[in-house]
Amino acid sequence: MSFEIRKFFYGDIPENKSGGNTQSHIVSKNDWPLWEVFIRSKQGLDHKHVGSLHAADAQMAIENARDVYTRRMEGVSIWVVESKYIHTSNPDDAESLFDPANDKAYRHPTFYDLPEEVKHM
Amino acid sequence: MEIHDFEKIFNEKIENEIKIEPKDWMPDAYRKTLIRQISQHAHSEIVGMLPEGNWITRAPSLKRKAILIAKVQDEAGHGLYLYSGTETLGVTREETINDLHSGKAKYSSIFNYPTLTWADIGAIGWLVDGAAILNQVMLCRTSYGPYARAMVRICKEESFHQRQGFDILYTLSKGSEEQRAMCQDAINRWWWPSLMMFGPKDSESAHSDQSTNWKIKRMSNDELRQKFVDMIAEQVKVLGMTLPDDKLKWNEERKHYDFGEINWEEFWNVVKGNGPCNKQRLQARKKAWDEGAWVREAAEAFAKKRNTAPLTPPKGENK
Repeated sequence: MSFEIRKFFYGDIPENKSGGNTQSHIVSKNDWPLWEVFIRSKQGLDHKHVGSLHAADAQMAIENARDVYTRRMEGVSIWVVESKYIHTSNPDDAESLFDPANDKAYRHPTFYDLPEEVKHM
Repeated sequence: MEIHDFEKIFNEKIENEIKIEPKDWMPDAYRKTLIRQISQHAHSEIVGMLPEGNWITRAPSLKRKAILIAKVQDEAGHGLYLYSGTETLGVTREETINDLHSGKAKYSSIFNYPTLTWADIGAIGWLVDGAAILNQVMLCRTSYGPYARAMVRICKEESFHQRQGFDILYTLSKGSEEQRAMCQDAINRWWWPSLMMFGPKDSESAHSDQSTNWKIKRMSNDELRQKFVDMIAEQVKVLGMTLPDDKLKWNEERKHYDFGEINWEEFWNVVKGNGPCNKQRLQARKKAWDEGAWVREAAEAFAKKRNTAPLTPPKGENK
């Protein structure tokens, strides 16, 4: 039996209005799940998103990530997470979502004019 | 908001050099153009492994063999970056690959030419990858975020490809009479197909205009082609070889090289599937896919087994 469900890919659009068109897919039973890959390039730095890949399970995702994203010593540590577990903010709401930070210039040190004599602050 | 509001926001982003990201609204045609272009690009990387794979077992030394394996592995990686790019636009990997195997999707025609001698591997690196790099450097600034990021990654890895190709030809050019002849022969055969890689002339290209407006492409086919000719016409002197074009000549007024007319009949013939190796390439892809089926099934079965295995306490505990 084949049934149709709406499938959300990494970065896909969760509403009809925000896509150019509505896309529906028969879920492919042959495609392995999609994983997002994060790499720590050097000890002491954050893991950073580098891309995505398909793999049957987490172990395989890590091994594939090593082959695809670290062929030239780009990493010392890898995180993988199945793409379906990533939740994102909606770009259409960006204006209102980030609005509270917009008019608070006093949060930045440059807001304050100090007398010349004050050093090291 | 109405559709035309979304379109206005989209156009403003393009205008102001703000990248379009997967969740942003985009016109249907923009999405379709990107899916077509990025998947073609991905297929080209994947099919591009085949002519070179032909020489892995016959590379003249262990060093050359290791280098060639590394290059082919890079190309597999580039294909994967790009396939991921198409998936952000809402098509599945399976659909994309099926389109290649059914012949519906195209890939760069250059890979439908055969690799007859070891010198061809040099010519591919120098000319074919050289041409690809010009296109890819431009695409690092393309308007769709995931495509641009994939390109930055690819460009970082690609310049080794061109250098190793030149290195192969340079070595041959310093070799015996026979090796020099082999070098020149490979250049003769790959030169024109490399020029064709930039696509139809600007006056004939169906896709270029809209793609330029959307800033998917930032330079025209002819501009890129001219840049390539100017670059290679100088480099070939270092090899002490010639390019097979008697019209090739520096034009002092234009400050560019003039060059002869491309055989467009051949170009369209190969695009339509009548090149020397079109059938062979697709067959090889399908064979690899079909014969790999058991690996995919086994991996899936193993993943299932591992995920459902009951938790057993480590040995020596709970006693």
